[in-house]
Amino acid sequence: MTAFAIGIAFGFALERAGLGDARKLAGQFYCTDFTVLKVLFTAIVTAMLGAFWLARFGVLDLASVYVPETFLAPQLAGGAIFGVGFLLAGLCPGTSCVAAASGRGDGAMVLLGMFAGVLLTGLGFRAIATFYESTARGAWTLPELLDVPRGTAIAMIVAIALGTFALVERRA
Amino acid sequence: MKSYADPYIAGAGLGLVLLASFVLTGRGLGASGAFGEAIAFFTRDGFFARYASDHWLLFELAGVLTGGFLSALFAKRLTLRVERGPAVSTRSRLAIAFAGGTIMGIGAVLARGCTSGLALTGGALLAVGSWVFLLAAFAAAYLAAPLARRIWR
Repeated sequence: MTAFAIGIAFGFALERAGLGDARKLAGQFYCTDFTVLKVLFTAIVTAMLGAFWLARFGVLDLASVYVPETFLAPQLAGGAIFGVGFLLAGLCPGTSCVAAASGRGDGAMVLLGMFAGVLLTGLGFRAIATFYESTARGAWTLPELLDVPRGTAIAMIVAIALGTFALVERRA
Repeated sequence: MKSYADPYIAGAGLGLVLLASFVLTGRGLGASGAFGEAIAFFTRDGFFARYASDHWLLFELAGVLTGGFLSALFAKRLTLRVERGPAVSTRSRLAIAFAGGTIMGIGAVLARGCTSGLALTGGALLAVGSWVFLLAAFAAAYLAAPLARRIWR
């Protein structure tokens, strides 16, 4: 039930931002519409700062939050493949749900494609299993990578986000 | 039809949803994993065994569909249509959308997540792999964009 409620809020926020419209998302890659970057980066910064301060005040135990594990090579390759699919689809898996739910046929086709892609890769998993498990780094974080305190890494990301926002606002 | 919300405000709202998920459930958002969970109803062999016991993402993604529908309904944006570039027929657009979805499915399996579960969630938790994925995805999309120009411009 919690999952369903969180999903509703997630879908609602994506639709409000206009991220059900594939042309809007694709505009990101032709520098005509920076909605994807603004929404994604603002959301990351908001949740990152929120989690940091809630942990400081003892409301949230960061150790109990699941951190996605790092597998460098497959995430680099998977990211590159994903990016090409994202450009063609004009939608990512989450936003394609919003697109389909708001009546867009292209969103429904992206959903079907996702099923096909996950099914195909899953069925042929044996061929990629070794690569999939390679370069494992566990729950590795940027502060560990850069050897700085967590707060410093967060401040750096906030600065990069603000700089990026200033840059795209000037272009627009 | 109402116009869309300011992207910074919508982004902050999305960030608060993610934060609420951290606090309430100890995990972030997700999307691509739900496809694995759905397929696990039909086959639990090999790769799909890992999805057999967890349906969290399926419920969450059902919520995303519902939330997207409700938001569009309230804003009077609920219409049947196909978003496409001016130079592409509806049929080609649907085929390209399917192909794009398939390629994303392959990438998401390899990377163990997509824009939601890996980039957004892990990005906020400072996971190295999430930022690697995010940068790789954007770099690849920008590099491929000139080749795919006819689809969108």
